[in-house]
Amino acid sequence: MTTECLLVRNARAFPFAACPVVEMPAFRETVIENVRLGARLNALFAMFQPENDTLLLLAVMAHDADGSLRILATRPGERYQALTPACSQAHWFEREIFETWGILPESHPWLKPIRFLPSRAQDVPSAEIGRANFFRMDGEEIHEVAVGPVHAGVIEPGHFRFQCHGETVYHLEISLGYQHRGIERALAAGITPRTLHYAETAAGDTTISHTTTCCQAWETLAGTQVSARAEAIRAIAAELERIANHIGDLGALAGDVGFLPTQNYCGRIRGDVLNCTALICGNRFGRGLLTPGGVQWDLDTALAQNLRARLAEIEADAVSAIELMFNTSSVLARLEGTGVLTAATARDIGLVGVAARACGLSRDIRRDFPYGIYRFHHLPVCTWSTGDCFARAYVRWLETRQSFRFIREQLDALPEGPISSSVGPLRPDSMAISLTEGWRGEICHVTRTDANANLTVPKIVDPSFHNWFGLACALRNQAISDFPLCNKSFNLSYCGHDL
Amino acid sequence: MPLMWNILAARLHQKNRTLKYPDGPAPELPERFAGAPEIETGKCGENCDACLRQCPTGAILREINTGELRIDLGLCLFCRACERACPSGAIHFTHEYRLAAARREDLITGPGREFPAEARQALAEKLFKRSLKLRFVSAGGCNACEADCNVLSTVAWDMGRFGIQFVPSPRHADGILVTGPVPENMRLALLKTYEAIPSPKIVIATGACAISGGLYHSHPETHNGAADLVPVDLWIPGCPPHPLTILDGLLRFLGRIS
Ligand code: SF4
Repeated sequence: MTTECLLVRNARAFPFAACPVVEMPAFRETVIENVRLGARLNALFAMFQPENDTLLLLAVMAHDADGSLRILATRPGERYQALTPACSQAHWFEREIFETWGILPESHPWLKPIRFLPSRAQDVPSAEIGRANFFRMDGEEIHEVAVGPVHAGVIEPGHFRFQCHGETVYHLEISLGYQHRGIERALAAGITPRTLHYAETAAGDTTISHTTTCCQAWETLAGTQVSARAEAIRAIAAELERIANHIGDLGALAGDVGFLPTQNYCGRIRGDVLNCTALICGNRFGRGLLTPGGVQWDLDTALAQNLRARLAEIEADAVSAIELMFNTSSVLARLEGTGVLTAATARDIGLVGVAARACGLSRDIRRDFPYGIYRFHHLPVCTWSTGDCFARAYVRWLETRQSFRFIREQLDALPEGPISSSVGPLRPDSMAISLTEGWRGEICHVTRTDANANLTVPKIVDPSFHNWFGLACALRNQAISDFPLCNKSFNLSYCGHDL
Repeated sequence: MPLMWNILAARLHQKNRTLKYPDGPAPELPERFAGAPEIETGKCGENCDACLRQCPTGAILREINTGELRIDLGLCLFCRACERACPSGAIHFTHEYRLAAARREDLITGPGREFPAEARQALAEKLFKRSLKLRFVSAGGCNACEADCNVLSTVAWDMGRFGIQFVPSPRHADGILVTGPVPENMRLALLKTYEAIPSPKIVIATGACAISGGLYHSHPETHNGAADLVPVDLWIPGCPPHPLTILDGLLRFLGRIS
């Protein structure tokens, strides 16, 4: 009893009415069948329709092989048969839907809050942060370790609970929500001068990619053609963001295994890369660079040359620092075989980005759903098959090299033209799905306009939303002392998850 | 011993990169950097409110009596929307990076208010001048303030030179450095961390979010920054503040530079 979905393309507006709204059983079976055939669930979310005072449940599914996105909607009512038992990728989404809207996914095996947010449904009481029905093992010599929300380092807060027997972790439960700032609620209420800044800070280390995702949706709804020059500048900034974060992560991984030279060098090199972004727009994280229609700052010839020279030095420093680590057997011994995830698990739970590619899954929005300048200039997708901390480290390094090359090529051949185009009135009653490949993985923004062409962003999905559960799986049967290393090898965003 | 040689070769390649600052010059800021704003109210057009309408956080105020424009740097994201919106060029962002202040009201620009404002605190200078251990609490921080605080511990900035360090336990700390608008979900954790630090202790609010809520000001999910919950001793504006702004703030707070 499966049904046809609407086929759409990345960052292309379509009339909202074209999205089929089907009965719940058909919706459920169609989503499950698509995922069984290899689709990824980019988003599964409820959206309030003020026009008729109802909630719609929407699924966005990506078929990487043919670059198509499928969407389907239903009216879920107050309860429905959960998808999760037949489709693990729905697990986190259904918990979110229940927590936010009070719609009950019946027979969901693990129905607990993920953000502990103030419930938007009147009859569902809000959960108190950190209090949930945590999974618990019993038995002699079993012990539980609880960590966080405040951590020892300079990082964001989250709570981790380990069920251990001796050193061995049998189960890790990750309980987040401490970073909940109300971004989705605010974005769903319509555009204000704050909108773009919410995208910039949804995950503040991913400013460029989240903002690109946001702008793309806006532009297609306005029918704006962004110049090739602006697209190239956006891509240069996005790859700088990738390089900075990957190098920072490699340094932190070196630190977690006690290899101080690489840790120290990478900490500094990361700063040098952030300074390159600041040369373009004045801010090390790319705040204020993007605007709907293009970019705010141009990259003239002198600046391009300056960047090129700096990046050549930075790359040489990075090669020296990072190859040192990968040539040191004591480092490799700690990374290899630690925190292994199989490709099958990664596929089942719908991992994205570096974490997925490190399990051998070749998925990358830049290639599969190309956008902006990536439609014309390609980057090879880097994968490794071992699914361990080594793979997650090494894929980062392979990608870093590709990004350096890509930026060099772009700087050498920046297209001529204006850096921004005017953004006209928005099309009413439309929707757009916008995907980009941030440094952690796929970012998805779902944007729509109502009958009066008011823009709202009913859903944003940070890659961390897909991947936190992967970290929990990777910790099974690991020594608890390897948790910092495994955690860093994913380096997921807390605020991007909690929004 | 090939490993030993590899390490030495890398060490030679990487050279010594610790900044000369504050004994030598401060590191060069990018040309497009936005520091303290300069406002020439005299240029304002009659009844013009272009900047006020564009400001995402409501950081711009117009004095009712004098018509004077002021910007609250504790709310400001340094996004330059006001500078762009102004038809007469009345707002201009300078390279002044010394933005930290010991009093909240000193973050509001206005006639007679120069940056840098006073950041020194006598008690902090007396107790912590040569050793300040901080517990870091991210409370809704987006990981940009976190990153630019973290960078101060790297070899380039090497904040340890001044005895300033982030420590893993509140019991070992002299104070906390807070980032983020403080979500309701972090309220208890922030309060408990504060309580766990032995007195006398200090609190440093870093970034627009921690100072005022910043972009999240008036969100019911957050507490408009740290000050409603804990007493703040040093305010470091920015979104995020440049590492130089943070380090300068800490050093002036402790009376290590003036
Ligand atoms: S730079 Fe500051 S004052 Fe100006 S618009 Fe942005 S947030 Fe408001």
